[in-house]
Amino acid sequence: MKIEKVAVIGAGVMGSGIAAHVANAGVPVVLLDIVAKDAPSRSAIAEGAVARMLKEDPGPFMHRRNARRVTTGNLEDDLALVADCDWIIEAVIERVDVKRDLYAKLDAVRKPGSVVSSNTSTIPLGDLVEPLPETFRRDFMITHFFNPPRFMRLLEVVDGPDTRRDASDAVRAFCDRALGKGVVECKDTPGFIGNRIGVYWLQCAVSEAFRMGMSVEEADALIGRPAGIPKTGVFGLVDLVGLDLMPHVLASMKASLPDGDAFREYFDTPALVEKMIADGYTGRKGKGGFYRLRRDGGTRVKEALDLASGEYREARKPSLPALDAAKKGGLRALLDGDGRDARYAWTVIGKTLAYAASLVPEIADDVVAVDDAMKLGYGWKKGPFELIDELGAAWLAARLAADGHAVPALLATAGERSFYRVEAGRLEHLDTAGEYRAVTRPDGVLLLADVKRASKPVARNGSASLWDLGDGVLCLEFHTKMNAIDPGVMEMVRTAIERVADGQRALVVYNEGSNFSVGANLGLALFAANTAAWAQIEGIVRQGQETYAALKHAPFPVVGAPSGMALGGGCEVLLHCDALVAHAETYMGLVEVGVGLLPGWGGCKEMLLRAAAAPGMPGGPMPPVSKVFETVSMASVAKSADQAREMLFLRAGDEIVMNRDRVLAAAKARALALADGYAPPEPATLRLPGPSGAAALDMAVDGFAKAGKATPHDRVVAGALGRVLTGGDTDVLDELDEDALLELERSGFMTLVKHPDTLARVEHMLETGRPLRN
Amino acid sequence: MKNVVIAGYVRSPFDFARRGALARVRPDDLAAAVVRALIERTGVEPQDIEDLIVGCAFPEGEQGFNVARIVGFLADLPLSVAGTTVNRFCGSSMQAVHMAAGAIQLGAGEAFVCAGVESMSRVPMGGYNPLPNPDLYRDFPAVYMGMGETAENVAEKYQIGRAEQEAFAVESQRKAASARSDGRLAGEIAPVGTPGGELAEDGCLRPETTAEGLAELKPAFLENGSVTAGTASPLTDGAAAVLVVTEEYAERTGLTPLARIRSVAVSGCAPEIMGMGPVHASRKALERAGIAAGDLDVVELNEAFASQALASIRELGLDPAKVNLDGGAIALGHPLGATGARITGKAAQLLAREGGRYALSSQCIGGGQGIATVLEAV
Repeated sequence: MKIEKVAVIGAGVMGSGIAAHVANAGVPVVLLDIVAKDAPSRSAIAEGAVARMLKEDPGPFMHRRNARRVTTGNLEDDLALVADCDWIIEAVIERVDVKRDLYAKLDAVRKPGSVVSSNTSTIPLGDLVEPLPETFRRDFMITHFFNPPRFMRLLEVVDGPDTRRDASDAVRAFCDRALGKGVVECKDTPGFIGNRIGVYWLQCAVSEAFRMGMSVEEADALIGRPAGIPKTGVFGLVDLVGLDLMPHVLASMKASLPDGDAFREYFDTPALVEKMIADGYTGRKGKGGFYRLRRDGGTRVKEALDLASGEYREARKPSLPALDAAKKGGLRALLDGDGRDARYAWTVIGKTLAYAASLVPEIADDVVAVDDAMKLGYGWKKGPFELIDELGAAWLAARLAADGHAVPALLATAGERSFYRVEAGRLEHLDTAGEYRAVTRPDGVLLLADVKRASKPVARNGSASLWDLGDGVLCLEFHTKMNAIDPGVMEMVRTAIERVADGQRALVVYNEGSNFSVGANLGLALFAANTAAWAQIEGIVRQGQETYAALKHAPFPVVGAPSGMALGGGCEVLLHCDALVAHAETYMGLVEVGVGLLPGWGGCKEMLLRAAAAPGMPGGPMPPVSKVFETVSMASVAKSADQAREMLFLRAGDEIVMNRDRVLAAAKARALALADGYAPPEPATLRLPGPSGAAALDMAVDGFAKAGKATPHDRVVAGALGRVLTGGDTDVLDELDEDALLELERSGFMTLVKHPDTLARVEHMLETGRPLRN
Repeated sequence: MKNVVIAGYVRSPFDFARRGALARVRPDDLAAAVVRALIERTGVEPQDIEDLIVGCAFPEGEQGFNVARIVGFLADLPLSVAGTTVNRFCGSSMQAVHMAAGAIQLGAGEAFVCAGVESMSRVPMGGYNPLPNPDLYRDFPAVYMGMGETAENVAEKYQIGRAEQEAFAVESQRKAASARSDGRLAGEIAPVGTPGGELAEDGCLRPETTAEGLAELKPAFLENGSVTAGTASPLTDGAAAVLVVTEEYAERTGLTPLARIRSVAVSGCAPEIMGMGPVHASRKALERAGIAAGDLDVVELNEAFASQALASIRELGLDPAKVNLDGGAIALGHPLGATGARITGKAAQLLAREGGRYALSSQCIGGGQGIATVLEAV
């Protein structure tokens, strides 16, 4: 069964977000909601949802044009639109009666064999379909997305006893490949995996913070970073999802969880939280939450709620002994102390891990599913069982017992062992019977993490490594902090060129960091600038140019495979690849002007070559220059791989892969496809407009400056960039080769790097992470 | 000397560049539709037309290739009708009228179609390849100054405050809206085919404009300036055409003359206050006609910006009640190459409609120029 058209019923935040993401996958989607009351259009709810999503930034759509794939309507006039849909997703209010009524209506119009799924987060599948005919139950399943559906990778799926496996397989495959989701199979239990453990964790952390007198900043600091949990922690996360959502989920849990369940301890919403919800303090979407941003003139002040008084006060960075201990001694040191901070951390983390351990196999077949769900759905770096391994299962069991808590059976089964181990280079997990089993990956999933477990690097230094992916393909991995490009990375690029040329077939540039690369290491540049080591800086620029040029002209294909941010020098390395296989969530940009510099490792040159070759570019010397100037002078960053294509960071033949875990395999396949009969690109030349073109760009920038949209140093930086992009003193009749362009980049870069206002920008960026507008 | 008359005026609907209904219409097709309509509506014998003169401010891309000749082919004019494209930026198609009048006086033809077109959607302002002279830009940057900034300079120099500009813009919108709703615009508009269907109405008008609403807009060109998007003419797509013939030809062939061309003038001025161009040009034209500003019954003064329109009205001593009776470019839009034909044709039509004796059409021109035409009732 192929899924070629989808319908989503319910145009609330979840339903419309799901519809947008289906459209992102290139699949037409029908979005229906009830008839709007007192609105000019009967379909105003669905229409309004699409209009609202187009205003969000970053929005549910990866590209504005994807909105055209969404057909809006209402359930009374347009139900027939679902008749040719292969998959119908119900995302309406969490009421069994409403859902059942809808299913009956859908069953009357849907085509035979189409799949209907519910996005319910709490209602068991059995309850949903109980009165419906078997023919319907056979085509029914639960597909539970997380908010926002574009960005949250977790998709929990539940099959019922009657569900056709081939139908649910087709949905799972679609969600995996087309929507890019991490599909986790769950049992039909309340809250499935993510909300069962995640909401328990949140409730436990919030309730215990009130009980133990922790401030929201303290709680978030203790529960966040040390455990590899996003820095929003718990209170920041509740603000994000909405305080008002929690009582709904809790009520549903309360109604369905058995008496002995540990969750029962945390069913109650603290009185202050109830008052906040009643007063409209529902988090980021409301007047504020546990945190809020208060505008104080031009600046925004972050405030935190005092849990004792219920008043806002300026947020403070907590300083706690347990945090210091964790920095040196890791997670166990965080929990080991006897101060209130360590006791709080232990209570929340210890109880959450114990609860998770008590739920396998009740909620999932194995620990891998639980870990995947918490990583993909809550952004945890490690899942509960990986955290238990970090602490030691035996240590955790002993500590629980010492505190008088029950020790979950699975912890006892593990005993002195860990839940994961690497055996003969393969990752294995402990099953509920106490046996180790291989962790399997779906077809077409290739993870560098697995390659790394199974092999030694072909070459390695402190900044980057080279791995053998098999079939003659090597993989260049950066592993500096935030994958910044430093001399070690450059050295490994050159090593990679030598090693691949020596009997291998192709190179893939890829890593599994959150971001492909945030650009050149600015700290090094600033250090060199502060000591006026100009010759060294120019040497670094020249060496980078030569290295990237060598990569481009190497006698084998190079495929770049980015995910997350690929900025500055990290973007430039990709511009020198023969082809890109980009994760859909790739954010590329040449952002050098933000720190008062310009792309100096061939970025200007490569962008000019792309623009000059772009289809539909008007003739003459200026249009390609203007296009590149617009992108680079504004430090524009593409908000998706799809947008990156429009900005020329991707070329027409480059691939976009929706599933993060499928990027490497696709990149390897692309590299091998290019390897047959590969010829490196010929050296290129360009005709550029010279000083007349630079004057035109200056005119435009002067206009921005007068309108207050460009600062004095923006003018300096844009002027230098304009001079590079227009070819310096060239005449429009002259042809410039790539070396001449690189020389212009280099001299432009050197002029700027010596400018005190540029150094002020670099310093500010390193200190605050934000650009300085000087 | 032969008398020269305007014997017909037609324009396309005007709409916002890029987001308007004409964005996906080629400018040559747009101009051809208007020329065809002019010929049909006036009944002029195509074989008699000497030349098709088309004004265009950025005559390249789809409005390149000597667009006048292309429009002649697209409008199915006889092969014998010549075609020339003329560029005086915003004054281009008024210049077309002047050239026709001059040619007629020389005995170089009896009938001319004078048109103008600009797709500001499809050809960027400044063209695809702006390549200013770098030395001139360094030594005399005002030559290339953005139009918005010149409007700020005029506002500053002539003390035209923001509230005054906004009141003027509201009035322009009000006049245009009432002209449209009373059907006073329909007669001059030739419906145009677009990918979205036939378009018969202007798209730029904002009848809901209020002074309070305008007061909230941010300055568009200078950080602490007074000119906003609400007091500037919008980027616009459109085309316009007038039929210029000898009075004797009109009588002989039964055409209906709208007005006689009495005098014309162009003049340069300082580029940084190009918006004052109408003052110099109009004074010359009025002097050549032997009349004073007070003798005018109808004035069509292009509203590139409220500040320059107000300053020009004041400097020329025009009666505001006689200026832009059916609204101006702030409301209707300003497709650069087409505006001159629109306001000259409109002035002729208004003179016939309102029953006065003299009319003036005038406009400012980027780079520092003005152009003016004085018309007289037939």
